[in-house]
Amino acid sequence: MQLSLFWLVAMIACAIFVDVLRPFPITQMNLGTRLAPPGTPGHWLGTDELGRDVLSRLIQSVRSSLVIAFGATLLSAFFGTLLGFMAAKFRGVVEHVVVMLADFQAALPFLIMSLAVLAFFGSSMPLLVCLMGFYGWERYARITRGLAISANAQGYAAAVVQLGATPSRVYLRHILPNVASTLIVSMTLTFPEIILMESSLSFLGLGVQPPDTSLGNMVGFGREYLTTAPWIMLSPATVIVLTTLAISLAGDWLRDRLDPTLDSIS
Amino acid sequence: MLRFVTIRLLRAGLTVLSVMTFAFVVLRMSGDPAQVLLGPDVPQNIVQDFRDRWGLDDPIWRQYLSYLRAMLQGDFGLSMRDRSPAIDLVVERIPATLQLTIPALILQLALGIPAGIYAALKRGTLADRGVIVMAIIGFTVPSFVMGLLLVLVFAVVLGALPSGGASSWQHAILPVLTMSIGGIGVLARFSRSAMIEVMGQPYIRTASAKGVRWSDVVRKHALPNAAVPIVTIVGFMVGSLIAGAIIVETIFSWPGMGRLLIVSVTNRDLAVVQCILLLVAAVMVVSNLTVDLLYGWIDPRLRQAPPTH
Amino acid sequence: MSPLLEARELVRIYETRRGLLGRSAEVRAVDGVSLRLRRGETLGVVGESGSGKSTLGRMLLGIDAAQHGTVCIDGATMPNPGTGDWRALRARIQMIYQDPLAALDRRLSVAQQLREPLDIHRIGDVESRTQRIRDMMQSVGLRLDQTDKFPHELSGGQRQRVVIARALMTEPELLVCDEPVSALDVSIQAQVVNLLADLQRDRRLGMVFISHDLKVVRNLCDRVAVMYLGRIVEEGPADTIFVDPQHPYTQALVSSVPQPGRALDSRIILQGEPPNPGNRPPGCAFHPRCH
Repeated sequence: MQLSLFWLVAMIACAIFVDVLRPFPITQMNLGTRLAPPGTPGHWLGTDELGRDVLSRLIQSVRSSLVIAFGATLLSAFFGTLLGFMAAKFRGVVEHVVVMLADFQAALPFLIMSLAVLAFFGSSMPLLVCLMGFYGWERYARITRGLAISANAQGYAAAVVQLGATPSRVYLRHILPNVASTLIVSMTLTFPEIILMESSLSFLGLGVQPPDTSLGNMVGFGREYLTTAPWIMLSPATVIVLTTLAISLAGDWLRDRLDPTLDSIS
Repeated sequence: MLRFVTIRLLRAGLTVLSVMTFAFVVLRMSGDPAQVLLGPDVPQNIVQDFRDRWGLDDPIWRQYLSYLRAMLQGDFGLSMRDRSPAIDLVVERIPATLQLTIPALILQLALGIPAGIYAALKRGTLADRGVIVMAIIGFTVPSFVMGLLLVLVFAVVLGALPSGGASSWQHAILPVLTMSIGGIGVLARFSRSAMIEVMGQPYIRTASAKGVRWSDVVRKHALPNAAVPIVTIVGFMVGSLIAGAIIVETIFSWPGMGRLLIVSVTNRDLAVVQCILLLVAAVMVVSNLTVDLLYGWIDPRLRQAPPTH
Repeated sequence: MSPLLEARELVRIYETRRGLLGRSAEVRAVDGVSLRLRRGETLGVVGESGSGKSTLGRMLLGIDAAQHGTVCIDGATMPNPGTGDWRALRARIQMIYQDPLAALDRRLSVAQQLREPLDIHRIGDVESRTQRIRDMMQSVGLRLDQTDKFPHELSGGQRQRVVIARALMTEPELLVCDEPVSALDVSIQAQVVNLLADLQRDRRLGMVFISHDLKVVRNLCDRVAVMYLGRIVEEGPADTIFVDPQHPYTQALVSSVPQPGRALDSRIILQGEPPNPGNRPPGCAFHPRCH
């Protein structure tokens, strides 16, 4: 647990202080030191096929991947919660529409839907974040709808309605704060999945585009040098695995602390 | 039961319709379909023929209907590459993809579920820990990393297996492994927790207190009840297998639908992309429908009151 | 002068689906109930579970809209739920719940719970609100050092006092209590009932008291209505009902209340189960169980 928190703090620090930490600019090429192995003085994680410093690129990649995943997680939590509340408030038709959207999402593996959208519109950073923002909304929608309905059935929300509160007061001041801890725990489930999704797309060359770099696209480019310079691909791969692992562990820990009832939702 | 099946069928139909609508909207938003689906330098007479056939000069709702009709007739436009119908290109690639996904699915089911059940019955043993570790790998190691690691170990270092291509059955080993390892772990962990949950229920205690043989308790009472959640997750796994095929086929240069999709996306060969999109949706709808019906069959409670979700 | 509360011919029907082909059946939860309540009067509604008394309570408050019939508060028709008028009317009609823990937002302290109705109806300024909260806590028997406590830090009786205090913050004229003591420990029940009785008398509240506990109803209420399968089978002054019940169902209920000096074997034991409300017997719904 401590280890995973330590790792997460280190990753977030990387993302924030990237400009200070990075020893070299990520595009600085040095053809004299191409494919230098790890341990080379000055390039502790080696260099790539163009002589760019792997450590510098790694730090930069951590930032892009975390920023995308963070933005997308917030978007998807917002969307999902909104739809869940609307389904709980209006029931009937709205509920059916939300179920239909969830069916739609279930009918298209997310990667394939993303690929199709990227094929039609081309890849860009804002589009990528929005697209990833559609990932996992149905989880929030299901949770918030369920909790809101039970609060409305005979619980505190029904009591507040009977006090004369407007729907916005009921949902924003009462139900939302009460479901917040559950939502945060769900976010720790979505967050690593989005990192994996984004890195898969970038690996396929359809996510983050050069000269920007992300963990997935480093692995993608490193793949060409798997036989001669495996470190180019191994270091970002390790970071991906450790980061998702750390978030999952931290999420489990949070879940035990905040919401023991959530155990079955995953 | 009839009502249950009807509702599920209606929902499946609606889902297919919504995917087609999604494709239509995305297509319209990205420009003139004639240009988009036929590519830039196409002779004028072909473009006009396409415009007439798809009714592109009609009002938008007529276009929508013609679009739906074209989709249902299998007319997805022409591939930019060699002007052949997109559907033919896609169908040609299906067997290769099935050669990977079906063995991977079988492997996942045949290893994952028994491993999970075994772990649940022998909690705390080495086997149980092994299942948990496998599951963690399944959740945290993306398939492209897994694939490359396997290539590094088995192809580069050991030189035991080919790293890409599809000319012999040995070529399929690493791709199938890559696709199934994570899924085995996930399925095992899920079966384990479903089984543990069921084993804690009062009716299991009742059965063993009555003196029913332990093996019969597990076989007659625990397994059928644990089957419901396991079936759900299997439904999800079909989706992740299809998504996994895209990445695995790319890594191992396997000539399947996934690789075709990536190539088409990169070249913006949109007729092919759209065709694959709808085909995958159809497969997923059928698989989700099967899971739903299987549910109804396993769990009589679900037949009566269809849950809104 | 019009009565505080008047309900005419209220009907509430739930549809339930039964059978795999989804033939729907009607459950007439409330089936043609009329009643009146004067200012300062207490009306007990008694009946077994499933008799529709809780649904009736919600309809009297306008939480569930009546499908047929009307509810009038002070001569004015009940507005539709969700409208501004409906919300404004909440200041005058309030409810006490069976489970106080469920009815309180567990993140809010006692003071915040009590401030809620004042905020909603924009009553008073910051200082006067704080003063009102203190006064109200004292009148329901909460200590001032409990101001910043959270619901889970209070006992069941104390929680119900918070719910009662919250309901009275806007000085309502009508209070509907739905089984307000049945979730509490027996030792606490009497305290809460006495509190309600005192508050009702001091503030001249009109009160509808829904309960299956006949003793409590007899102590608290001026009049009693007996419900069976969605209908009122007998209604009258509490003394008359308890001393000289007319309807055989009421007779059976009254005989089940243990009294000192009377042998238990004079109880009338009802035969059979209450009929399925989706399939109510023709005529008097009680006749299959009538002796």
